[in-house]
Amino acid sequence: MGGYGNVEMIDENGLRMDGRTATDVRPITIETGVVPVADGSCRMTWGTNDVIVAVYGPMEAHPRKIQRQDRAVLDVRYNMAPFSTSDRIRPGFNRRSREISKVTSDALESVVLLEMYPRSKIRVEIEIICAEAGTRCVGLTAASVALADAGIPMTDMVVSVASGKINDVVVCDLNKEEDNYGEADLPMGILPNTGEIVFLQMDGDLSPEQFQTAWDYNVNAASDVHKLMVEALKNGVDE
Amino acid sequence: MNDWPVARLDNMSGMNYADGPQDSQIVVPGEILGNSEEYDAGHGVIIRNDSIVAVKNGRIKIINKEISIEPMRTSYIPRPSDLVIGYVEGCTNNIWFIDIGAPFNAILPMSLGPSKASFGSTRQVLDIGEAILCRVQEVEETHSSVVTMKGMGLRKIMSGSIDDIDPHLILELNTGGKDNLRKMKESSDCRIITGDNGRIWIDGEIDGIISVRDKLDKLSKSQKVIKGGKE
Repeated sequence: MGGYGNVEMIDENGLRMDGRTATDVRPITIETGVVPVADGSCRMTWGTNDVIVAVYGPMEAHPRKIQRQDRAVLDVRYNMAPFSTSDRIRPGFNRRSREISKVTSDALESVVLLEMYPRSKIRVEIEIICAEAGTRCVGLTAASVALADAGIPMTDMVVSVASGKINDVVVCDLNKEEDNYGEADLPMGILPNTGEIVFLQMDGDLSPEQFQTAWDYNVNAASDVHKLMVEALKNGVDE
Repeated sequence: MNDWPVARLDNMSGMNYADGPQDSQIVVPGEILGNSEEYDAGHGVIIRNDSIVAVKNGRIKIINKEISIEPMRTSYIPRPSDLVIGYVEGCTNNIWFIDIGAPFNAILPMSLGPSKASFGSTRQVLDIGEAILCRVQEVEETHSSVVTMKGMGLRKIMSGSIDDIDPHLILELNTGGKDNLRKMKESSDCRIITGDNGRIWIDGEIDGIISVRDKLDKLSKSQKVIKGGKE
């Protein structure tokens, strides 16, 4: 990361290219029940990101060998639509989507009460319709709204936000340019009611102080996003 | 690496229930509803650190200091003696596999089938795709269940139409509200049988069937539209 010419992404007043300050989050809309045939669904837009998540189940787990005798399995599939970015993405699984599916599944496993449905499977399909930056965070956040919409018992909802570093300044919620030309990225999955962390990745280097700042930005932004998620589930549509 | 604070363990959601949980208030998973010393935990909640926490999206119901959540959506979990409507999904020489809308298919052994069938002729009696009215006989610990067709009124469904609503709305249909089952039967002149798994068999004239389905549709929708929220 970094080293792609001299792109100035934050000015001396702390304003970023899209006019946000360091702690601002891009505009978010959340809508539930967008896939009528699914048991639960959610459409979330976050900046120009657009994600649809559908949840099916609990249902019988096939093939049989994936069944767990004491709990359900979460079958998470993260997929980017071929048209979601300006470079066409080859359809199907790749290394990146496999990794994101796994970390999303691990993060959700810590909140979903899987032991209530032994030997069954809960299918979570995350489809990225339009990708800007931070799709894994949007996917994870939308997946937890969709799971709640499907009536799957969960101890909490996961809110995922990323912060990063541009021109040696820590900022919250990177957009495309900042993600491409920035120096670091720290996506986090947070349980808003207890403050527990269920998902943490880091790309690039942050000093301990910068890490702490990014951490605080994420935690603060998560509480704002969580309010929108609650509103969406309570009111149907919100923005 | 750990000499600075890394997490804030306060309640970030900013929700507070200063005047306690209210009946029919809508909650989302993870919301703290009250103190476990003051209230008892019912369905859809867990106790974490002496507080009652919602695990489902739904409405609060408080009965005698017991907090439960009436969920917005449910999946059907079979219980013995439930009357259900199922579809035949497959069969072997002596067993039918029935989809009853639960996480697991139920089995219908030939001995509990609708009529005498000889070994190997299960498909002549109930073919794949056919609908049946049956009763849950037994649910194993592992959630797989056995259904029976031996009993009053249990039969293969040959006419009418089957509609699907959320299982928890069946109770609403049978007991409460202005659109209840008896009125629906009277106005449409149809025979309506509700299965506990959320499937409803409507049999009668086509106009009646259509009017019942419209009403059921309205019921499902009105349950999902939240009253008191902003427009």
